[in-house]
Amino acid sequence: MGTHADKSIYYVPHGTKWPMVGSLGITTMLVSTAVWLNGATAAQWGLYLGLAIIIFMFFGWFAEVIRESEGGYYNTQVDASFRIGMVWFIFSEVMFFACFFGALFYARTLAVPWLGGEGNNAATNEFLWQGFVPTWPTNGPGEIGGDFQTIPAFGVPFLNTLILLTSGVTLTLAHHALRANQRKPLVIWLALTVALGALFMFYQVEEYGEAYNHLGLTLGSGIYGSTFFMLTGFHGLHVTLGAIMLFVIMIRCARGHFKPDYHFGFEAVAWYWHFVDVVWLGLFIFVYVL
Amino acid sequence: MSTIASDGTDLGHDTHDAHDDHDHKPEGFLDRWVFTTNHKDIGTLYLVFALLMFFIGGAMAMVIRAELFMPGMQLVRPDFFNQMTTMHALIMVFGAVMPAWVGFANWMIPLQVGAPDMALPRMNNFSFWILPFAFTMLLSTLFMDSGGPAAGWTLYPPLSLQTGSSFAFVVFAVHMMGISSIMGAINIIATIFNMRAPGMTLLRMPLFVWTWLITAFLLIAAMPVLAGAVTMLLTDHFFGTSFFNAAGGGDPVMFQHIFWFFGHPEVYIMILPAFGVVSEILPTFSRKPLFGYAAMVYATASIAFLSFIVWAHHMFTVGMPLEGELFFMYATMLIAVPTGVKVFNWVSTMWKGSMTFETPMLFAIGFVVLFTIGGLSGLMLAITAADLQYHDTYFVVAHFHYVLVPGAVFTLMAGAYYWLPKWTGNMYSERWGKIHFWCSAIFVNVLFFPQHYLGLAGMPRRIPDYSPQFADFNMWSSIGGFAFGASQLIFVGVIIHCVWFSKKKATAQVWEGAKGLEWTVPSPAPHHTFTKPPVVDDTMVAHADEAH
Repeated sequence: MGTHADKSIYYVPHGTKWPMVGSLGITTMLVSTAVWLNGATAAQWGLYLGLAIIIFMFFGWFAEVIRESEGGYYNTQVDASFRIGMVWFIFSEVMFFACFFGALFYARTLAVPWLGGEGNNAATNEFLWQGFVPTWPTNGPGEIGGDFQTIPAFGVPFLNTLILLTSGVTLTLAHHALRANQRKPLVIWLALTVALGALFMFYQVEEYGEAYNHLGLTLGSGIYGSTFFMLTGFHGLHVTLGAIMLFVIMIRCARGHFKPDYHFGFEAVAWYWHFVDVVWLGLFIFVYVL
Repeated sequence: MSTIASDGTDLGHDTHDAHDDHDHKPEGFLDRWVFTTNHKDIGTLYLVFALLMFFIGGAMAMVIRAELFMPGMQLVRPDFFNQMTTMHALIMVFGAVMPAWVGFANWMIPLQVGAPDMALPRMNNFSFWILPFAFTMLLSTLFMDSGGPAAGWTLYPPLSLQTGSSFAFVVFAVHMMGISSIMGAINIIATIFNMRAPGMTLLRMPLFVWTWLITAFLLIAAMPVLAGAVTMLLTDHFFGTSFFNAAGGGDPVMFQHIFWFFGHPEVYIMILPAFGVVSEILPTFSRKPLFGYAAMVYATASIAFLSFIVWAHHMFTVGMPLEGELFFMYATMLIAVPTGVKVFNWVSTMWKGSMTFETPMLFAIGFVVLFTIGGLSGLMLAITAADLQYHDTYFVVAHFHYVLVPGAVFTLMAGAYYWLPKWTGNMYSERWGKIHFWCSAIFVNVLFFPQHYLGLAGMPRRIPDYSPQFADFNMWSSIGGFAFGASQLIFVGVIIHCVWFSKKKATAQVWEGAKGLEWTVPSPAPHHTFTKPPVVDDTMVAHADEAH
């Protein structure tokens, strides 16, 4: 057989060891983390080992898929399965973030005002949290975590908004270049996108340092610190993953992968990147500005 | 078996496999079961795993019923009793019912839509093989010095935050179950949207496929929310966050809202595929097309939509604003409308049918009757004013066990009997199947019906001891429980007999009245089916002469 399989047939791989590698990796990582959380610091090495196994799985699994794809085994129907899979994966991520946004909205509009006696909760305020005046931001009537200040929206966060929005533009330019089969601009625009992602993360880390070292704002700063770091933290994690994915796509482009009319891997990562961008816009508005 | 070479060597040798529709099964345990990408083998793995979990969770239920056999503390410590109620629920929900349905989906959806396999076969393997690790992790907590989780499967804080060293293991096990469910659901959606044979239009799909499509949507929307909820528990426990701590401005009630935003769709995740299976079985043994096929599809979708706006009916006593109580009460009662459509359509399907009562049909009819009882007690619970009385009593336990045991579990049994001949190529023992049904149907009522009275009389749930006034009904319930548990061993016997000892071969058609693509392939279904897609027309679908 040459490089092209029969495209009238839906390609079904026969046998794979990668999922088992992945399951072992996830289990190693999570069991070790649980043991670590229970106080055994040496268990952290299990976490790193598990993570390494998971990374190994991604390399091996994706390498296999890429070889098959470049080898011409996939017809348009297989391509459609990947597309549907990616769309619904992103939807699951949307729901994951929706959960934390929901927590933020609930706390801001219901839980905190109720502690201050709003609605039919006068007794709550009177007998449990007397004198608590609900405001936002807050670390609650117990002032958990002590005094803190918030990060102003129109400093680094606004800059980061511009950086992410710009990265969306450069990524789209890369996509146009790919469709026009201009390989050099393709790689350059992608490299710029990755650089902008890294720049975003750089500022985000700076901002966290500022919050922890100078503003007194930590994960333990009551409900404000909890929602702030949970939302921006998971977003940052997704930006990091997205940037790594973009980097891999850039390497693949540099090696001549993808065709102007056949480049699902590129598109999947682009969708992911735009999703991460949209989440940031939500964060910028609801966490920083309002 | 020729796997794709992972070291970058030529792939050419593999291509003949992709063309191969002979009954080649990979040799050796690892290749056949651990590295498999075959939807039938993965389906079998899911079903066997679910059955194992069903018995582990069932053993825990036996501990609970043994302790409750009479008033006073006899067998276990209260803390261990709480671990049993918590673990019984987690195991049954995430380990037994959900994987069992995914097993059915794996086996049947490609066969029913004429696909060569699931859309993403490698990920299919991953979805399954995470589960044994997740449940080993969960079950291992029982052997830790703090014992397993004991705050109830709903993991409400602040109580759940007092869990000892097992806490992080439970949270991570739930994460892994969530990853598995989400991948499984994505695969099912991709398969249904993308892998249907030519002519298999959406409104020609069997109802099992339709209900699973909608279930998969619910899974992808609900499971990440559960993941978020337990993540917040984890950070509240270990990293000093205040999500569920009022002193920090958070709210333990917020956890309940988030949990039930997942939890209510979760209930339908367990029951919608059951609706699908019943909608396959009743027409077959009534020898009539399903009554109101399109209405069934729309009713399923309506139930799924409503499942996202009723969550707070689980928390009527928590102190919500009155508007909230009323909204959730009315929205909940609305669910009775599409559910009623379904029940009446099932009854109408049987009406004037040429009915026979093979084991799958018995379980399906048992489902229609007994699930409806569970539905009606659900309506009672939906009334806010009345729920203030019923909340956290055995009435609630009776309600949800009626919808889950003679509801979901009976249909799992019905589906298993219905498709066992197709899976194994052998007929099961009809006599023992019927004995299994009648034992189950009688004892499930002895087990759960008295719990209605216990609840109405005020017996709270999740307690190891009770006032002597509840003694008689509890004794009946326990006797029913032991007998129901023992009856399920008949099922294992029937399966073992069917797979390895049955002399009676199944035909491809199996059931005279059955329609649909799965009955066009031989029994047992070959390892690879529909490598070349069939062309589907109206005569081949289950609801052939239905206008839609």
